[in-house]
Amino acid sequence: MNATWSRFNVTSVVLGFAFLYLPIVLLIVFSFNESKLVTVWGGFSTKWYVSLFHNQGLMDATWVTARVGVISATVATVLGTLAALTLTRYTRFRGRILFSGMVFAPLVMPEVITGLSLLLLFVAVGLDRGFVTVTLAHITLTMCFVAVVVQSRLVSFDRSLEEAAMDLGATPVKTFFQITLPVIMPAIVSGWMLAFTLSLDDLVIASFTSGPGATTLPMKIYSQVRLGVTPEINAACTILIAVVAVGVVIASVANKRREVQRQLDEQAAQRG
Amino acid sequence: MSNIAITDAGPSTAAKPLLTRLGAGFVSRLVIIVPYLWLLFFFFIPFIIVFKISLSQSAIAMPPYTPVLDFTDGISGFFAGFRDLNFDNYVWLTQDALYFKAYVTSVIIAAVSTILTLLVGFPIAYGMARAPATIRPTLLMLVILPFWTSFLIRVYAWIGILKPEGLLNQLLLSLHVINQPLIILNTYTAIFIGIVYSYLPFMVLPLYSSLEKMDYSLIEAAKDLGCPPTSAFWKITFPLSLPGVIAGCLLVFIPAVGEFVIPDLLGGSQTLMIGKTLWNEFFANRDWPVSSAVAVILLLLLIVPIMLFQQAQARAQEQDK
Repeated sequence: MNATWSRFNVTSVVLGFAFLYLPIVLLIVFSFNESKLVTVWGGFSTKWYVSLFHNQGLMDATWVTARVGVISATVATVLGTLAALTLTRYTRFRGRILFSGMVFAPLVMPEVITGLSLLLLFVAVGLDRGFVTVTLAHITLTMCFVAVVVQSRLVSFDRSLEEAAMDLGATPVKTFFQITLPVIMPAIVSGWMLAFTLSLDDLVIASFTSGPGATTLPMKIYSQVRLGVTPEINAACTILIAVVAVGVVIASVANKRREVQRQLDEQAAQRG
Repeated sequence: MSNIAITDAGPSTAAKPLLTRLGAGFVSRLVIIVPYLWLLFFFFIPFIIVFKISLSQSAIAMPPYTPVLDFTDGISGFFAGFRDLNFDNYVWLTQDALYFKAYVTSVIIAAVSTILTLLVGFPIAYGMARAPATIRPTLLMLVILPFWTSFLIRVYAWIGILKPEGLLNQLLLSLHVINQPLIILNTYTAIFIGIVYSYLPFMVLPLYSSLEKMDYSLIEAAKDLGCPPTSAFWKITFPLSLPGVIAGCLLVFIPAVGEFVIPDLLGGSQTLMIGKTLWNEFFANRDWPVSSAVAVILLLLLIVPIMLFQQAQARAQEQDK
């Protein structure tokens, strides 16, 4: 196999990753630029980070975004896991086609449509636009992504483990919490992470569904970008990237550790 | 295929108390009903409302449209409302050439970007699939990682690169490749670059998963039998990767048609795309009924690709089992 990794293959992978990562690297580098011009290097400086922390509007927006992200990702993870269970375990019930349609469609639906339709719903039911409506909108969008992530784990799940537990007298609910949940936990964790970052990232749906007092960070960044590119925005973006990167690393290390532990447990069980 | 929570299988369940079994049935209903109702209320019903508002008229009020088909006058008032339905917004969309042009431009831009993304993504996915098995998880992680960085930030990063005084022009000028800075920002070229860049992981991942499953001894066999590499590619590799190609193209094409952030930030005010038109109708003109009508037409335009995507998803799910 190794012999077939030709020079062409290596080159295309290297170039592909350079294309994917170079813009982000440049963005981070220029956040440490002394000069006010984003594209001319004027020496190393962290002054933009300092001025960032004195920008009250930006800090408020960060706080709103973080709260929306945590709440919506948590609710979306519960709903998305239930949706994944429904998709994989209940192959026949009335309206199943509609259900799977409603789970998969939001993944590709243009955000302007989702945003507008949710806004009109909130207006129709008389819900004031603000923190609550953004959170509800993000739950709806991200639960579908969680469902897809968890579902891919559930289809490869060994059902005989559950059957064994139930034969030994465990109730279905107990079986779920003691057998199924621990096995699909890595998928649930990465589902939560994905939901959180999607919420952190969303501009279009938040712009439609948010109201005064609930400006999210992407909305703030967007309105500043429209006025011009400044190193301060680069600094804000770099912090956002750093937060997510740390989260991803922690999650993957935790996953790996759990996986190793599980293998050790299995080996111990086999030895009897 | 027995259901976990519905305990109607096996002799052991018969001995269980009735209450447990009823409880299990209730729990299994709940597993279905909770996400079902949520999506019905927050995803399905809003579309009906969008359709309803698209038939009303703009008004200076809050909300800024005339009431249409509501129950304030009771059931008879609801049915009487059908006579007042107003298709002016749709007539308006067909009369103003701007909307038609925006739809056509969006579809063409999305289609061209999808093909470009496929051309860029295929060699990457292929190279990853042929990589030594030990480094494949790392490569996969590297493709997934940009998902976690903000879409807005990634688009923003390109402004600094593509600007007339940006990094790309500085590099090309210093290398004496060009004498005049290239004007890329605020053109359709910038939109293509933005879409290819932002949606590349969506293309690479499904391509990779179908290329990785491929049996490469088939290509060896073709080579041994004297088949030139290019025709081996078109006769073996490409057909076998087709599920990935279809899934990847739909994942790029459908959202790209309604894309707002990329044409707005990279395309400037000159470029015409329907996502931007809808946004401006809503935020700048505050014409909710017309923006609803724009959304309804956009949805009708995308309904076939979306259904193809659903089918592809369902098929992939069957195969995993």
